[in-house]
Amino acid sequence: MRERWMDASPDAEERQEQQFHVWLSGKNITFENSEAEAAYKDRVTLIKDAIQLKKTPARIPISPSAGHFPIEYAGISWHDAMYDYDKLAYAWEKFHVDFAPDTFSTPRTIVPGKALDMLDFNLYQWAGHGLREHQEYQFVEGEYMKAEEYQALIDDPTGFFLTVYFPRIFGALTPLAKMPLLPPVHEIPMVPPALMPFGMEDVKAAFKKLSDGGDEVTAWLSAVGQVSASIMGKGYPSSAAGLTKAPFDVIGDSLRGTRGVLMDMFRHPDELLEACERITPFMIKCGVASCKAAGHIIPFIPLHKGADGFMSDEQFKTFYWPSLRKLIIGLIDAGIVPQLFAEGGYNQRLEAICDIPKGKTVWWFDTTDMARAKETVGTVSCIAGNVPLDLLCTGTPDDVKDYCKKLIDTAGKDGGFILSSGAGIQGSRAENVKAMIDFSKEYGVYR
Amino acid sequence: MSDSLVDAMSTMREQEALAIARVLLDGDEDPLKILDDCSKAMEIVGKRFEEETYFLPELMLAGDMLKQISEMVKPKLHGEATSGKRGKVLMGTVEGDIHDIGKDIVTFLLEVNGFEVRDIGIDVPPGTFVDEIKAFQPQVVGMSGLLTLAYDSMKRTVQAIEEAGLRDTVKIMIGGAQMSEKVREHAGADAFGKDAMEGIALAKKWIGA
Repeated sequence: MRERWMDASPDAEERQEQQFHVWLSGKNITFENSEAEAAYKDRVTLIKDAIQLKKTPARIPISPSAGHFPIEYAGISWHDAMYDYDKLAYAWEKFHVDFAPDTFSTPRTIVPGKALDMLDFNLYQWAGHGLREHQEYQFVEGEYMKAEEYQALIDDPTGFFLTVYFPRIFGALTPLAKMPLLPPVHEIPMVPPALMPFGMEDVKAAFKKLSDGGDEVTAWLSAVGQVSASIMGKGYPSSAAGLTKAPFDVIGDSLRGTRGVLMDMFRHPDELLEACERITPFMIKCGVASCKAAGHIIPFIPLHKGADGFMSDEQFKTFYWPSLRKLIIGLIDAGIVPQLFAEGGYNQRLEAICDIPKGKTVWWFDTTDMARAKETVGTVSCIAGNVPLDLLCTGTPDDVKDYCKKLIDTAGKDGGFILSSGAGIQGSRAENVKAMIDFSKEYGVYR
Repeated sequence: MSDSLVDAMSTMREQEALAIARVLLDGDEDPLKILDDCSKAMEIVGKRFEEETYFLPELMLAGDMLKQISEMVKPKLHGEATSGKRGKVLMGTVEGDIHDIGKDIVTFLLEVNGFEVRDIGIDVPPGTFVDEIKAFQPQVVGMSGLLTLAYDSMKRTVQAIEEAGLRDTVKIMIGGAQMSEKVREHAGADAFGKDAMEGIALAKKWIGA
């Protein structure tokens, strides 16, 4: 097997420039006026300079993760946000207009409840589907893939997802278990058996539900697309486009579960590693495709199981990092800038993650020590973070300003820094969010 | 021979540990002695966790080995007195939050460390915590939450426990990804555990076992 994604390609630098050019041009955005267009370009330039580590930006870009905060702030319910797209759009516009951060956080993470209902999606619960009106959607941890199924996943990831995993996580897609294997369909006698399941009533019904779900997503996309265009048209570039994940987390979060994957490091180490390898190209393609489609450059990559405490450094270097690093290199090769969101603490990992090409990534930290992050991974990557959620939720505006000042003085020194919240700011006090953004915009100017 | 059980367990050689335990049992080794070896191994694992050479995966695997060996030994105990439980801990994820993995891990580790644990599930309203405290009479209450909405749920739960006149009967610990000393203060809990093992240490400290 040919080893791929070990070193960044020599063209990576040029591809990144081209992709930044696409993003900076804002060519698909209808700006409200020339000031809005100039503001958009200034903001993209701040972020570009912070990422590339070639020059100190004019000031620190302020890009808190809106998370689910706009819903609370607009006073609508979670049920409203997921089922009434006009209300969702209203909440999103209100947040960005009232707080004016440097970036726009997409409403696409607030997914359409109706589409999920149609498919009886059970990997999460949400308002109207297991949860009450004001509860945010939440992941239901489970062992959705058994340890003895690793080989099936490794042999055919797509087939495994289609015929085994989807029937488990979508109640309405149980008939997809009958889908044929595709590679055998290449000789004339193979065609009828491959078509046979499509004539079955239950399979037809499952496809009808997929089709209806698709229609619902189209309606939702139209609403979120309009509000996104409106916000971007006011001069706010999107903070990221699309989502992809570390291969180990694909296995650990949603297939084997936390407990399963941690035990697999002892009980099924080879299969776990091979599965991570097999998942890697899918995750690269996913990140590249979402950025190219959006004319953007930064996909969001939430990191989970590699955090402090979840495993030793040796386990991190053996199981978590190699396939994540390949994902990073694969994205960089395509001119894409991975934004790695290290939720929780990453103090144990700061040295290991320095092994990446310079000026090609964003490492966004939650509770990690930012002074140490600056000294380590901050020498090769833009770092972002980390106004703590406990402070935003329970502190005062003065507490928040004090924190931002210290953060800017240490992590923000000489550029290479994006000021953000430690995580999505749901639950924050509005006056604290305002203090974080307004203070940092002013104090974060490089002089 | 039994040294090798302690060794196999504490160095994460699961198959070997189970095989040794089986050989010991078949050779009429005192089952209490086997369990004693398991405890020794668990102590070593705990120590390595404190020294930061072991992390969550080793705690979970060691706990699982202990559980399997205990099951194996059980039929041979003939009603002999095993050491009593260390104390009672009530565990639940607070109202609004349905995440159970953190709570489940702490519950599991408390159990393998000898505590009697009642797990009252997820999305637990303050009133249910109060009722369960009355019924179960734990010394320690563990409140879990992953989301920021848990901050206020925890606060409301502590208030409800106080209003029911039960605050002095229990020590309250909180845990979860976004928890901190600041949240502990906000909620009025007694301590926050930054990881699962700290939860176990708090329970041990408070119960004095």
